[in-house]
Amino acid sequence: MRAPLTELPIVLEDAAVVVGPLTILNDIALTLAAGAPTVLVGPNGSGKTTLLRLAMGLLVPSRGRVTWGGRIDAASTRRAIVFQRPVMLRRSAAGNIRYALSAASVARRERAARAAELLALVGLSELGDRPARKLSGGEQQRLALARALAKEPQVLFLDEPTASLDPAASKVVEDVIRAVTARGIKVVMATHDLGSARRLAGDVVLLHRGRIVESGDAATFFANPATREARSFVAGELLI
Amino acid sequence: MPHNASAIELILSGDPALLTIVRLSLVVSLSAVAGAALVGLPCGALIALARFPGRELTIVVLNALMGLPPVVVGLAVYLLLSRSGPLGSWGLLFTPQAMIIAQTILITPIIAALARQTIEDLWVEYREELAAMDVGLAGRIATLLWDARFSLVTALLAGFGRAAAEVGAVIIVGGNIDGFTRTMTTAIALETSKGDLPLALGLGLVLISIVVVVNALAWGVRRAGERLAG
Repeated sequence: MRAPLTELPIVLEDAAVVVGPLTILNDIALTLAAGAPTVLVGPNGSGKTTLLRLAMGLLVPSRGRVTWGGRIDAASTRRAIVFQRPVMLRRSAAGNIRYALSAASVARRERAARAAELLALVGLSELGDRPARKLSGGEQQRLALARALAKEPQVLFLDEPTASLDPAASKVVEDVIRAVTARGIKVVMATHDLGSARRLAGDVVLLHRGRIVESGDAATFFANPATREARSFVAGELLI
Repeated sequence: MPHNASAIELILSGDPALLTIVRLSLVVSLSAVAGAALVGLPCGALIALARFPGRELTIVVLNALMGLPPVVVGLAVYLLLSRSGPLGSWGLLFTPQAMIIAQTILITPIIAALARQTIEDLWVEYREELAAMDVGLAGRIATLLWDARFSLVTALLAGFGRAAAEVGAVIIVGGNIDGFTRTMTTAIALETSKGDLPLALGLGLVLISIVVVVNALAWGVRRAGERLAG
């Protein structure tokens, strides 16, 4: 870590996101603290992606507020996000990472070595010269992870990082998430993959129709879900 | 058309007068493309990214300017550069430089308008990723211009096509002076009015061939680049 923790905790206080007539998130009170990954679960349209964007700082809450390490206007230089469908720049795989390094003001002479290191972390060392947009879905997802890590974030937001990946590709992504967590980076990820949530989560936040239905320690959540929605989610039933 | 032989003979024998005309046409039009690209591409990118009052009107006007009549541009540049005009002291009227200026003005809106559309489409795709990477406005413009470079070639070719094909602006500000400001298009206009239709037709075929060759070269460069960069 090159600087003391300043992004954490991320505190959302009674935050709401309203777009036109739609209330996408409401009454969100949540603290994201350092430690094991926080996993956001819930059905499609429950507000997981919006919550990630809000905590990333890409969205301004319509009501309530979001603070990062106590500051309300913290620049997002130490926060990174991987979108559900990451957009690859029209460059090589290594070029995508060098671009992110340059955007993060990493000195030019350090970029090549750092890019190689990040490609190795996600297991793409062999593919550095390939055009990023010609990589497979799983490879693009890993490249997006490496690119997000270029700015040495303290917090990494991941939106459905294993959706539409086969088990082998999912395992690689999950291993990277563990490695990232081991480095002290706080991971906040949205998923509706129950298995993935069980394997990775330190704590769980269940969203339903834009509200937090239940949140807390992952072991407790999976062993003793308190609400009807959480019970049906944990049981693998369809929560709609 | 037996007289056609005259134009083809000129080409095959590498007639110096014809080569001078071809060279000047290329120099004027390509210089205009370079100048217009220098101004038009960043302007197009800026309009694509910026949100300001009157933006929609700016886009409509810019798109409309793609249809600027060459003779009107020629006339305006003529007035600027004529002895009594505001820039008369530069002494540029009836020189190749004047022709380059007029064609640059003519095709800058074409390149800017097409670049604006191309870049805006790419911006929709890139916006969130670049925001998440904290890329500032100048960085965004540079990134979008670079990543859209292969599509922007089409905008440059549209500008080149317009410049190479137009006669109204270059004939007014260039004067069609033999060996100095005579281009393919002004030569064709002259030969047609003189009644030497086979020669005019031959020159027309040469002009079309040049435009095809330039486009083929640009296409080749684009394909090769795309293979390398994805």
